[in-house]
Amino acid sequence: MKVQNNHAWWLVLPVFALVAFSAILPMMTVVNYSVQDIFDPTTRFFVGTDWYEKVLTDPRLHDSLLRQFIFSACVLAIEIPLGIAVALSMPTKGRWASLCLIVLAIPLLIPWNVVGTIWQIFGRGDIGLLGWALNALGFSYNYAADTLDAWVTVLVMDVWHWTSLVALLCYSGLRAIPDVYYQAARIDRASSWAVFRHIQLPKLKSVLLIAVMLRFMDSFMIYTEPFVLTGGGPGNATTFLSQTLTKMAVGQFDLGPAAAFSLIYFLIILLVSWLFYTAMTHGDQNR
Amino acid sequence: MNWMAWTQPTAIFFAVIALMLIAMTVWELRSPSAPRRGFLPIATTRGDRLFIGLLGSAYWHLMVIGLTDWSIWIATALSAVWLFAVMRWG
Amino acid sequence: MNARKLVVLLAYVLFLLVPIYWLLNMSFKSNTEILGGLTFWPQQFTLDNYRVIFTDRSWYSGYLNSLYYVCLNTVISLCVALPAAYAFSRYRFLGDKHLFFWLLTNRMAPPAVFLLPFFQLYSSIGLFDTHLAVALAHCLFNVPLAVWILEGFMSGVPKEIDETAYIDGYSFPKFFLRLFLPLIRSGIGVTAFFCFMFSWVELLLARTLTSVDAKPIVSVMTRTVSASGIDWGVLAAAGVLTILPGVLVIWFVRNHVAKGFALGRV
Repeated sequence: MKVQNNHAWWLVLPVFALVAFSAILPMMTVVNYSVQDIFDPTTRFFVGTDWYEKVLTDPRLHDSLLRQFIFSACVLAIEIPLGIAVALSMPTKGRWASLCLIVLAIPLLIPWNVVGTIWQIFGRGDIGLLGWALNALGFSYNYAADTLDAWVTVLVMDVWHWTSLVALLCYSGLRAIPDVYYQAARIDRASSWAVFRHIQLPKLKSVLLIAVMLRFMDSFMIYTEPFVLTGGGPGNATTFLSQTLTKMAVGQFDLGPAAAFSLIYFLIILLVSWLFYTAMTHGDQNR
Repeated sequence: MNWMAWTQPTAIFFAVIALMLIAMTVWELRSPSAPRRGFLPIATTRGDRLFIGLLGSAYWHLMVIGLTDWSIWIATALSAVWLFAVMRWG
Repeated sequence: MNARKLVVLLAYVLFLLVPIYWLLNMSFKSNTEILGGLTFWPQQFTLDNYRVIFTDRSWYSGYLNSLYYVCLNTVISLCVALPAAYAFSRYRFLGDKHLFFWLLTNRMAPPAVFLLPFFQLYSSIGLFDTHLAVALAHCLFNVPLAVWILEGFMSGVPKEIDETAYIDGYSFPKFFLRLFLPLIRSGIGVTAFFCFMFSWVELLLARTLTSVDAKPIVSVMTRTVSASGIDWGVLAAAGVLTILPGVLVIWFVRNHVAKGFALGRV
């Protein structure tokens, strides 16, 4: 049982100050921008909620929001089961386990734009193994011109990049199951499916919740990889939310609409992450 | 501070939020609250209810701006009612 | 049963390694060979691409800049996160749950939201284009993560140790530095690994907050690509070199990393 002690605030103060500096000041600035039409630092006009109205009724935003949700859903639907399967297949101890861990962690350690570069090189029809192989097999594959190909490539790239995270999370969750459980299952002659369904899956619940949350958040703000790989194209097919936002803010310098957009984006993330977090901590209380 | 582009309405907005947080802190120090169950599906403390109330208010405003032509003050009034309801019965 | 596991694992590892093999393969080829046709192994093995990177100042200074701010960020994150994680793992205090959630929301906020104000903020305090600016900006998502992981490790240390130490007359700083930190050594290693990793792979903020003096390698790469056509060989070599530090770091924490991925409270 933890002790009630408000003096603990002194220990948290440095973190609070540091994060507040980087989070609250910029957030306030974004709010300020979002209600003004800004030409330069001295020429600005108060426009009230006009930008919000403009952004909320902008079909571009609706499209990229829809694309974003579909993308995140696809990512979760592929990566979570695959991650669990890989985690279940990993050796439990010894040198091979260490080696597996290192190999699995490699994609996570590659800078995001390099991930994009790797797949850009890998997928090209003329110099890439993947594109060349697919074309040689008779599929006409070109991620730069065909919408479906672009989508699939971005999706496969994300699976390549992030499934390891799910697998490693699940792996650490599996290691936390005491051997007694497995022994009991062996005595009962439980099938491997039953072991998975009744022992492993329930124990993995909290890890999976974290995995789903992290994957949802990160896929929801994906920017760098598709930016490098497809540049959002062909057309707008792989232009996701972050990219629309960055285009607006940096490319066209529409500070007001971009700020309003940012806040709406942030509110969506805040709501979803709060739901996940509540489910997580609430699940703890029920146990 | 000029780069932050302050305006009067946003300054008032943040002042109100800050005042709410200070008031909640003082209240909590005077009489600590226990989690309780209201019409919300989970047990909440006072602070949780304030957060739910404020987040809900933000969405009320977005809905009014995005879906209707009503004045923004209607959204604010709606939010005030919602905030009060959550704090009182949530 | 075991054969099936092996197949799944091997297929997945293959899937992970083939694109990396291709990158490595290309980094040892000359551009004429790359564009000339598909070869599974460099016909004329060359180190020219790497030579370009190690001799051109704009390339290798990118690596040094990245390493500098990543290390700075890891140190800052650990220093502030350690006491905070201790507070979260040992005490209840006013608003602790809300504070924790607020910290996590910053981990989840899309960097794109903060892009412009960050630029303004760090320009106005004169930190623009310094390593410190990037290190501080990356604290936004690394500090919450560090607190989260460390809190999990610290909760695993029995409270009795604290109490015994205080009875034996240890002051808090002495107890914390001499007794407590050695106990969670592996946790600190894993946290440092995670901070290193997330700071190393981030592009958007690092690119926005730097222009010349602190320009990171990830941004050198994108700009070179857009400026002068695409030099595939050098690009591949630069990519290979960005993978190495991460692999080196994970080698040191390989035995603890599984525990670290449990990310606290599991």
